[in-house]
Amino acid sequence: MSDAGNLARALAALAVDPGGLGGLVLRARAGPARAEVEAALARLPGLARRIHPDTPDAVLFGGLDVAASLASERQVRSNGLDAAPCRLVLPMAERTQPGLAARLGQLLDRGAGHSLIALDEGAEPDEAAPACLSERLAFFADLSGARAGEIDLSLPAPADLDAAATALARTALPEGAAGTLTTLAARFGIDSLRAPLLALRTARALAALDGAGVATDDHLREAAELVYPSRATQVPEAPPEEEDEEDEAPDQPEPDQAEGGDTDAARELPDDILVDAITARLPADLLDPSAGAAARRGPTAGAGAGQRQAGSKRGRPLPARPGRPDGRARIDPVATLRAAAPWQTLRREARGLGPGRVVVLPSDLHLARYETRRDRLLIFAVDASGSAALARLAEAKGAVELLLAQAYARRDQVALLAFRGTEAEALLPPTRSLVQAKRRLAGLPGGGGTPLAAGLVAAGEMATQARRHGLSPMLACLTDGRGNIGLDGQPGRAAALEDALAVARRLRAEGLPAMLIDTATRPGPTAAQVAAAMGARYLALPRADARRLSAAIGAAQDELAS
Amino acid sequence: MTQAFPFSAIVGQDDMKRAMILTAVDPGLGGVLVFGDRGTGKSTAVRALAALLPPIRQVANCPVNSERAEEVPDWAGVESAETVERPTPVIDLPLGVTEDRVTGALDIERALTRGEKAFEPGLLARANRGYLYVDEVNLLEDHIVDLLLDVAQSGVNIVEREGLSVRHPARFVLVGSGNPEEGELRPQLLDRFGLSVEVRSPQDIEERVEVIRRRSAFESDREAFIEHWGAQDARERDAILAARAALPGTGTPEDILTDCARLSVALGTDGLRGELTLLRAAKALAAYEGAARIAPEHLRAVAPLALSHRLRRDPLDEAGSGARVARAVTEVLG
Repeated sequence: MSDAGNLARALAALAVDPGGLGGLVLRARAGPARAEVEAALARLPGLARRIHPDTPDAVLFGGLDVAASLASERQVRSNGLDAAPCRLVLPMAERTQPGLAARLGQLLDRGAGHSLIALDEGAEPDEAAPACLSERLAFFADLSGARAGEIDLSLPAPADLDAAATALARTALPEGAAGTLTTLAARFGIDSLRAPLLALRTARALAALDGAGVATDDHLREAAELVYPSRATQVPEAPPEEEDEEDEAPDQPEPDQAEGGDTDAARELPDDILVDAITARLPADLLDPSAGAAARRGPTAGAGAGQRQAGSKRGRPLPARPGRPDGRARIDPVATLRAAAPWQTLRREARGLGPGRVVVLPSDLHLARYETRRDRLLIFAVDASGSAALARLAEAKGAVELLLAQAYARRDQVALLAFRGTEAEALLPPTRSLVQAKRRLAGLPGGGGTPLAAGLVAAGEMATQARRHGLSPMLACLTDGRGNIGLDGQPGRAAALEDALAVARRLRAEGLPAMLIDTATRPGPTAAQVAAAMGARYLALPRADARRLSAAIGAAQDELAS
Repeated sequence: MTQAFPFSAIVGQDDMKRAMILTAVDPGLGGVLVFGDRGTGKSTAVRALAALLPPIRQVANCPVNSERAEEVPDWAGVESAETVERPTPVIDLPLGVTEDRVTGALDIERALTRGEKAFEPGLLARANRGYLYVDEVNLLEDHIVDLLLDVAQSGVNIVEREGLSVRHPARFVLVGSGNPEEGELRPQLLDRFGLSVEVRSPQDIEERVEVIRRRSAFESDREAFIEHWGAQDARERDAILAARAALPGTGTPEDILTDCARLSVALGTDGLRGELTLLRAAKALAAYEGAARIAPEHLRAVAPLALSHRLRRDPLDEAGSGARVARAVTEVLG
């Protein structure tokens, strides 16, 4: 994570080579600190255009200008933002739909000089700008904890930036630079080859800023510090392995030696200094698997089998309705002509036009409407406590696996959380990757108390977040209902039940469709009580095997979905 | 469109390059699906292929790129039969595309201003006899996927909407790329792709450095870089043309047919499409390599490309399907 101290350099580099560096992901909630950075961004040269996650394609990529077309009686096309190079500023980047993200990515790839400033306002670790965008943007800055007035945002004078931009084409990289930076990226577990490319370009831009003809070691180090930390997936291995890597690295620049130049300078740049410099900037949660790279991945989407949503852009057609084109809906020409048809004789007479002309007025316009289906998310909350573990955990795992296979067939997404001991743990954020789900599930240990209330709270939070991402969540809770740990983490059956019931009622009020599968060997009344409070379907399956359990859930699921 | 990165300058990724060349040799193979991590050069390869392909001859201004004047559809209103040479069309199908842009629709301009019912051809028409490229194909909306499936199979686009009734040929090579982390692809669509390739970032440091070196050389001086690799690209283009000419004369020995069938049975692929594609791909490869008839090593080389995406997928199977194909190939072909 490039902290705020480096931000000024990143911005200056961006001003020098906007198209080549892609842009910046700025992770911060709206506030004075972000406002300050945005003000600095506004001082950068070049045109800036603000877009938002719902920006229609016509604005971005051009389209038919209906009002002008009708007025001039010929097709008038408006230019999109893609026509001229500009800096796109995308607030609420974490809410970008994959479709838009992919198209923006293609726009950046086109190399037409566009750059993107993604303002990521994600509140949770797994709410983040889409990976396909952040991958293409060289820089990442996290302002959480930074205070307004304390961030160094001093940019070079505009004239200096211009001079640096002109000098960029003449700025060279030392011969071994590609080898050094690529090796370094590999050591930090950065798989994508875009990272070293971006780092190389950053080094060039920084050198141009400093008026150096050839980038120096310092520029390479600075570039690596700016580009790599947010992408790293591992801390370089312990020394013995490191030596192996070192053996490979010096091999690399050898062919370059023959070509002469600054090869030696680049070779002498000790990798360890670079490694240490970057390691110091790595995010603290890198080694925590649940918060690591996998969790930073944006939500997946596509049109699935969830709730229906009448949108105006795409999907299955619905009847058209009258309205003005607002840039988001599309005109339904047939319905428009049909509405205009009865009036043609009158209108022609009123305007003194001959036959054969069609007069269409804005009031005739009809807009096409479409319906898409939202993705469904099935949240499994699995009771992994001691009481459940003994008897039924293996069976519950089996059932969940079967359900996962079904979810795959229905193109549903799944999420997995388990509760045991004193707290609930999200094992898997919403995903379609079933292999991952299966692996996490298989590794789920059992034992400890039953914090049923905490499990339900976690499920509720996950559902709320999923709704924000446009998914339709559904909860499948597998438990024996014998909660014995309250929300405060203290043992006590009565208090635990009280808490669980309260949370269950809240989930019901939020309208979360749910089912509760009682996994106890002898079903007691408590599970049914919790299910009733949750408005959930209750399935008591005292001696079910995994297959029967999954069949029952499948049936309940269909019932809830209809 | 800026100049594309030269095809021959792409480092490694031999499977992907081979699959793309095979579709260029025999466009009837039915397209390529490239699945892999971000930043592995998927899009680069497709764009490079476009620059590599030999040009086609078509009737001037024909909206569906017809080769002969009698094939031009009536609604196009093309008068002259003059033919021109042009690069093979490679059409991008953008993600959020609307149905009418894909299939073509009522020409709004003419309908509103002149009250005429005319057909405005869509992307499928423009892609006829060429390539249709869908980036992030796994994120494509379902209803567009349905459309593509139908047309890709029949080779004809039929538009029955808004009072129009139009049909035109739409035979194209479907090239899709995507990142499996962002969503799965429906098996029906998978099956429509003739070949599939899984690409990974190269793990070899030397190879990675070479990629970076070439890319940055390309970015710093495009003209010189393209010129440097132009000769190799031209050789590749000649090889494709030679292979196209040799394709009809390439023999298919009886025992190769048996091997194809045995491979498909061993893998339990659905339907016969797998075998047919396997055979066609092997034949294209034999022609490309200048062999007179298909040999077992051709089968061996194309089997993973043609079959690995057709296996009945167990969603919870962690071993890749590539490994299963490799095992079957060893068993059947020895």
